[in-house]
Amino acid sequence: TDLTRVKMPEAPARERARSYVEVNSGLTPEQAINEASRCIDCANPTCISGCPVGINIPKFIKNIERGEFLDAARTLKETNALPAVCGRVCPQEKQCEASCFYQVKMNREPVAIGYLERFAADFEQSGGEISIPEVAAANGTKVAVVGSGPAGLAFAGDMAKFGYDVHILEALHEIGGVLKYGIPEFRLPNGVVDVEIESLRKMGVQFETNFIVGKTATIQELREEGFKGFFVGSGAGLPRFMNIPGENLVGILSSNEYLTRVNLMGASTQGMDTPVMRGKNVVVIGGGNTAMDSVRTALRLGADKATIIYRRSLEEMPARVEEVKHAQEEGVEFLTLNNPVEYIGDDKGRVKQIRVQKMELGEPDQSGRRSPVPVEGSEYIIDADTVVVSVGVSPNPLIPQSLPDLKVSRWGTLVVDEETFQTSIPDVFAGGDIVRGGATVILAMGDGRKAAASMHQYLQGQ
Amino acid sequence: MNKVVSKQHFSENVVSLEIEAPRIAKARKAGHFVMVRTDEKGERIPLTISSADTAKGTITLVIQKVGVTSRKLTALEPGEFIHDMVGPLGQATHVENFGTVLACGGGVGVAPLLPIVEALKKAGNRVVSVIAARSKDLIILEDQIRAYSDEVVIMTDDGSYGQKGLVTEGMEQIIQREKIDQSVIIGPGIMMKFASMTTKKHNIPTIVSLNTIMVDGTGMCGACRVSVGGKTRFVCVDGPEFDAHEVDFDEMLMRLNGYKNEEKEADDAYNCQVDKK
Ligand SMILES: Cc1cc2nc3c(=O)[nH]c(=O)nc-3n(C[C@H](O)[C@H](O)[C@H](O)COP(=O)(O)OP(=O)(O)OC[C@H]3O[C@@H](n4cnc5c(N)ncnc54)[C@H](O)[C@@H]3O)c2cc1C
Ligand SMILES: Cc1cc2nc3c(=O)[nH]c(=O)nc-3n(C[C@H](O)[C@H](O)[C@H](O)COP(=O)(O)OP(=O)(O)OC[C@H]3O[C@@H](n4cnc5c(N)ncnc54)[C@H](O)[C@@H]3O)c2cc1C
Ligand code: SF4
Ligand code: SF4
Ligand code: FES
Repeated sequence: TDLTRVKMPEAPARERARSYVEVNSGLTPEQAINEASRCIDCANPTCISGCPVGINIPKFIKNIERGEFLDAARTLKETNALPAVCGRVCPQEKQCEASCFYQVKMNREPVAIGYLERFAADFEQSGGEISIPEVAAANGTKVAVVGSGPAGLAFAGDMAKFGYDVHILEALHEIGGVLKYGIPEFRLPNGVVDVEIESLRKMGVQFETNFIVGKTATIQELREEGFKGFFVGSGAGLPRFMNIPGENLVGILSSNEYLTRVNLMGASTQGMDTPVMRGKNVVVIGGGNTAMDSVRTALRLGADKATIIYRRSLEEMPARVEEVKHAQEEGVEFLTLNNPVEYIGDDKGRVKQIRVQKMELGEPDQSGRRSPVPVEGSEYIIDADTVVVSVGVSPNPLIPQSLPDLKVSRWGTLVVDEETFQTSIPDVFAGGDIVRGGATVILAMGDGRKAAASMHQYLQGQ
Repeated sequence: MNKVVSKQHFSENVVSLEIEAPRIAKARKAGHFVMVRTDEKGERIPLTISSADTAKGTITLVIQKVGVTSRKLTALEPGEFIHDMVGPLGQATHVENFGTVLACGGGVGVAPLLPIVEALKKAGNRVVSVIAARSKDLIILEDQIRAYSDEVVIMTDDGSYGQKGLVTEGMEQIIQREKIDQSVIIGPGIMMKFASMTTKKHNIPTIVSLNTIMVDGTGMCGACRVSVGGKTRFVCVDGPEFDAHEVDFDEMLMRLNGYKNEEKEADDAYNCQVDKK
């Protein structure tokens, strides 16, 4: 137990900040084996309880230690349909790694579970020998999945294993939800997601893009077409704004718009028709993963200056620790304990300045975070030619609008049974961000898996 | 992929395409639109469903060439495919028997106006339509509008057809003459702004269908936001129709120009390509 934790090899900050190369380059086999040998294969592996899909962590790590990398990948896939994705984007420091023996009992750096997970999954992907999980004999029952984000994909994987005829219906022209339109290439290459989607296809899952459930066809119409069960994984796609003066000026956009133009529509690539604003002085409002992705995208689009404005302090930032560190290395400026109160435009209606107010931290709120309080008389003005607003999202209302009987919370999220993920309509289950508000990839996947297990039971009982 | 089954030229810059889309044809109502992506490199643009044939499983789009995407679309021939099409999107028009409706269409705005005029007529309204354009060859769908209107007034800026004058002048004539219970106005932003001012002056409840810039068309990005009655609304999910007298047209016009430079670059690049061929 005296080995130190492996350092992830990274592309040099200065180079990568101007290109879409993946920032983390992945462990070498030697590094992976060494890191794997740090895991002491605990009798009571607390790490597993920290993983929302309950990956058998010591088992896959010991496979790596023995050099059986494909077995490690197979172990991962027993419970996680998208290991190459989770190894990259899970907030491990708050989940599996936070519960690792090293961290909990010895106050030392935890085993790099996420890096190892990514290593095994990448190894399998690069070898071209992808193991396709075993699928039960087809039972002929059709089920529909609304949305192809991680929740929907995880659900579909498990239902296919049970033998169902699974159809994923996706509103956009691409499969993957936030994994495609939100998280940028330099953190999660689309190719990695596509390989995992291809596995699902091989398991018999059918994908239909450009299909908005509730608009293109209603749930009732789909029932009439023979679908027996529905899983809603429609995500929290609606961007929130702050409703402050000047917010609709030209040059102020949501992080969803900014990232969608670049990631889904390829606006930064030569030859693509969709444009994106390439500001020189870009300010991003917010402190989550989405804000970090936006501000780092601004650098890659050629900004001279890219700044985060966040109303609390660095410690309270909800973004993954690694993303904040990477952003700092790449030269992003952080104006923490600040908040915009007004945008000022030029005579063409384009934003040129932001009136900013200083904040201080007050008493902790319900979430345990200390809430920011404005400092009277502290307002000042900064310049900006592009502003990306990244202050959260709300649940997508399309499904509740088209299903009036569906029980919805005050915040617009779908109400489900905590155990079964069944909604107030018996044949409709739901999970992921549409149930939790903004959460994480792996929580969405965990929901999808639990919903699959209980829908299976429900349909068996029919 | 959706197949183009027939094509018709309304004018040099306006083309109507009939496209296979059985589910959309069945689900659509007056006021709905689709998002279209021509090819793998294309952008997503919104286009109103002008009419639909549920038996054939087709919808008709009327497209005006303004930039890269609309030109790619208008260049498509029967038998060719549109890469992606999704819909129907937006809130359908609220249709009831208001009494007498003044329906105003400017330029290609007559295309989205057509299904609304049809629905209003079928709901028992007396429909007086004013269709306007810069000149005669830009007047589209006149016969179709006539089929569902009790009266049609045509206005052209240069007087080459109908009466010479702006749409607002044609509207004033009718408003002076008879009582109007409701108005619907669709056209370029600037036309909607002034036409709405006309109905506001006469206290006529008015609906406009806004044509903001969109990316996804499903409420996900906020590119399409406008201020209506001081509140920010998303045109793709809350609209596209709004109370004309509450819309901040100046803000909308300003936002429409937001990507002018970028669009001009794309357009120049496209011209270059076409010239080389
Ligand atoms: C920029 C960004 C960065 C992030 N970074 C991280 C990270 O590093 N780590 C992490 O764990 N989490 C991260 N998250 C959060 C994470 O991505 C989400 O929690 C997760 O994607 C939620 O999954 P989901 O399946 O519920 O929904 P989504 O991924 O949102 O997918 C929903 C899908 O449903 C489709 N849809 C919606 N309505 C309909 C309909 N009516 N019919 C058909 N389809 C429909 C949508 O188009 C979409 O494709 C990030 C989020 C963003 C936006
Ligand atoms: C709900 C809705 C319904 C629509 N229905 C139709 C329709 O039935 N038929 C039709 O021809 N058009 C319709 N439009 C407008 C159409 O979407 C735009 O003309 C199209 O996006 C232009 O794309 P482009 O790539 O060809 O041009 P771009 O290169 O994107 O733009 C070229 C020029 O047009 C301006 N422009 C860009 N977007 C718009 C816009 N949305 N409205 C007005 N000007 C714009 C730009 O400022 C630029 O100067 C509709 C728009 C909306 C929002
Ligand atoms: S899926 Fe996420 S939480 Fe689970 S082991 Fe992997 S990195 Fe940790
Ligand atoms: S808690 Fe840490 S050391 Fe123990 S089995 Fe899990 S990863 Fe290995
Ligand atoms: S077009 Fe993206 S929210 Fe309306």
